[in-house]
Parts: sequence; structure tokens; C-alpha cells
Amino acid sequence: MPDEIPPVPTGSVSTGSAPAEAPVPVLGARTHASMYLRCLAVQGSWNYENLIGNGIGFCVEPALRRLPGGVGAPAYRQALARQSAYFNAHPYLASLAVGALARAEIDGAPPVRIERFRTALCGPLGSVGDRLVWAAWLPACSLVGLLLFGLGWSWPAVVVGFLVLYNAGHFALRQWGLRAGWKHGLRVAVALGHPVLQHGPRYIGRVSAVIGGLALPLAVHRAIGGGPPLSPIPVGVVIMTPLLAALLVRLQGRTEGWRAVLVLLAAFVLYSVVR
Amino acid sequence: MDLVGLLVDLLPLALLAGVIGLDVVSFPQAMISRPIVAATIAGAFFGAPVAGLVCGAALECLALEALPVGASRYPEWGSASVVAGAVAAHGASATALPRPGAFTVAVAVGVITAWAGGWTMTRHRRFIAAFARPRLDQLAEGQRRTVVGLQVFGLTADLLRGALVGLVAFPPALMLADWCDTRWGVSDDVTRAVVVTCVAAVAVSAVWKDFHAISGTRRLFLLSLAVGTALVVMGA
Repeated sequence: MPDEIPPVPTGSVSTGSAPAEAPVPVLGARTHASMYLRCLAVQGSWNYENLIGNGIGFCVEPALRRLPGGVGAPAYRQALARQSAYFNAHPYLASLAVGALARAEIDGAPPVRIERFRTALCGPLGSVGDRLVWAAWLPACSLVGLLLFGLGWSWPAVVVGFLVLYNAGHFALRQWGLRAGWKHGLRVAVALGHPVLQHGPRYIGRVSAVIGGLALPLAVHRAIGGGPPLSPIPVGVVIMTPLLAALLVRLQGRTEGWRAVLVLLAAFVLYSVVR
Repeated sequence: MDLVGLLVDLLPLALLAGVIGLDVVSFPQAMISRPIVAATIAGAFFGAPVAGLVCGAALECLALEALPVGASRYPEWGSASVVAGAVAAHGASATALPRPGAFTVAVAVGVITAWAGGWTMTRHRRFIAAFARPRLDQLAEGQRRTVVGLQVFGLTADLLRGALVGLVAFPPALMLADWCDTRWGVSDDVTRAVVVTCVAAVAVSAVWKDFHAISGTRRLFLLSLAVGTALVVMGA
């Protein structure tokens, strides 16, 4: 059983100045699975005071059981306390921090160094994750979902198509993060230089623009009932949509589109029921 | 409206809203909370998946605009889409598009509920902080039970938050949709065209704004919009 590996003595592996070829301790399948599943709930106690700090402690905890003395021993408790302090990162890339911090604790890195490392990780993991996932991957998959809808796919196919595509990236990113974090430990900055993290948003953005351009006319056509496209109503939609979109772009910073839509729909509902 | 029927619908809908609301931030963020998924599931739950899907696609266009970044307040589309999908499914058959009044109300209610849901998320985060404050000493001591307990508390509270959003929003939304449907004075085609024009404009502006930093992206978008429009015309 991989989890039966004896605890690594504190301080047995040097950190920071350790050579790149330092052997990677085996995490164990059960511990890895436990940490991975916990990473899915890393934001479970998200709050405005320590953000995902408690979540990081929660995710790292299965690995900390391998510290000398096991659960409840001073080494375990001190490490858990350190890892449950304030932390912020993109939730998917938090797995990179979880792996790296678990490795640092198991390697017996000095507490001050781990705390500095935690602080230094917050910024890059937040910005890289936001750019890659929230600003690129999620809109891209969302547009693919709209494209499938516009192409006339059945409802289960649209739902499954979107979820499979999105989560192929999502779960793979969390898995890669946990493994890379554990592999590199305090030198995890190497992993942050991965080409997908560095250049992914640019390529995904370009593909999204193409998918978006194809998806929106098709989705609009299906949503309005799919009648003859050159009849007055679809033509009206084709004329009005870019005009309204241009107005919303001009209003950028002053209002959000969904607020404007709410006002328009409220007015339309009133008109339709009093007419 | 049948009150017993409403109550029978309400409890499972609240549970669905809770589970999907949980996905937005807390667990597992697999995006079952995206409108195109959540509204469709809600529609299917009420026997009209296509109506739910159309409503979900409309809300998805709006959701493209709001990126769920960090501590910022953003609309909570998960439980809101469940409510909207259920309202859109009201009175529709399994393969039919949503009824015009119900569709318009569903999209509007989806937006309002998402906004209110965003507010509940900020309250939920403060609630967790208040719950954690008396336990900071135990956290500083590295007590496993406190770390795990806080996580479980947050997850449970978020599940209840989403369920509560569904529970509170659905009955008035359904009544409003019912009321509007009986008085609706605009044709189905025009109604759908108005709603879809509004949401599509938001989607177009969102894509235009989102990818402005990447060179050449806007040209690609305009070109593919033209191709997409041509595909629609040719498909006729």
C-alpha cells in the first residue's frame, strides 16, 4: 500500500539550496486522492478574513499526517496551523500551492521560509489562474456550449458537451498542479513557467473569438425559433443586436450589460401586459 | 395556481438550487452552475428541457460578461439559473420553446436572482468569518477538528444559502410568469426576438471587451461573425 511509507524525518531534506535532482518522495495514491478531492472544496470556507487559508490547511492535512509523531504531534499541529493561515490564489491553481506546501512541510523546510513562500505564491497563482481559467478557458467553453446549442444539438448533448470539455481542462489543471507542486516543492516557480500557463490565454482567446463569432448567430437563430432567416424578425435581430452591443461597449465602466438588459426586459414586460 | 403542486415542486427545486449554488464557489466548481447547464437541468426536472435550454442559453450570454474573479462581487448564476429554468419550463411541453411571457420573466428573474444571489454570497463569506473568529486560537494551535469543521460548516452553509435563494425566488417568479402569460399581448416571435436581441448584444459586447488585449482577436471575431451569419442564411 503506497500510504504505508514511513514518515520522512523533519529536516532530512534540505530546501531552497537543494539540487534540482533531489529525489521526490512518494506521496502515496491514497494521500494524493484525498488531497485532490479536498482541493475541489478548497474554497469551502472562503471568507473575507483569511480567504482560502483554512482551505489550504484542509487540503494539505492528509500529507501532514506523515510528519514525525503523526496526527496531533507538535510537528503536525505547527504545520497545520501554518498552512491554515491567510492565503489567496485561484482555486484551481491552489492545488499547485497545496502540493508545494505539503512537500515543503514533509521536507522539513524552516517555518519562516515556508511562510515567506506562502506569501510569495499568492499573487502569481491568483493572476495566472484568473487569466487562464476565468478570462480564457471558461468563456471559451461557454461559447462552445452556445455553438453546440446553435448547431441544434439535443439538450443532453449540449450539457454533456460543455461539461466534458470544461472539466477536461479543469480536472487536468488541478491534477497537474498537485503533482507539479509536490514535485518541485519550494522551487515551484519552475512549474509556473509552463507554456500553457504563460501562453494559453492568448491562444484560447483567439480560438474563443472565432468560436464566439460562429456561435452567436447560430444560437440566436435557434433561440428565436429557427424560422426563415431572411424574414423581417431575424433581419431585425441582426440589425439591432450589433447596435445595442455597440452601445453597451460605449457604456463600459458606467453600467454592466446585465443591468441594462434587466431595465429593457422590465420595460418590455410592462408593455406586453398592459398592451 | 395549485398551492400543493407548488409546494411539491418547491422542495426538490430548493435542493437542486442548493447543490448547484454550492458549485459556484465552494464545491466542486465543475460549472454545473453555468446557466446553460443549470437552467437546462431545472427545465428537464420540470418536464421541459428544451425550454430550460433556451432560457439557459439566453442567461449564458449574460453570464459571459461577469467573470467570477476572486473577492469581487459578481452575480451568482447557479441557483438563479435553476429558478429561471424552472420558470421557463412552466407551461411548456418537453420539446417546445418556452411560452413568451414565461421566457421573458424567466430571463428577468434569472438576472434579479443572480444579483440577489451575489449579495447572499458576500453575506455567506462574512458569516463564515464570524463563525471562524472565536476559533482563531484553535486554528493557531493547529487543531485538525477546527480546520475540518470550519470547512464543513462553510460548505453546509453554502448549500443552504443556494437552497434558500431557490426557495425564496421561485414562488413569486412562478406567479409572476403565470400572471404575465395570461395577459401577454405581444406575439411569440417578437417576444423571443426582443429577449434574444438583448442578451445577444451583451454576449457580443462581452466577447469584444474580453479579448481586446490580444492582437487581431477583434478582427477574427468580426470575420467569424460574418461567417456565422452566412451559415445561418445558407442553412435556410
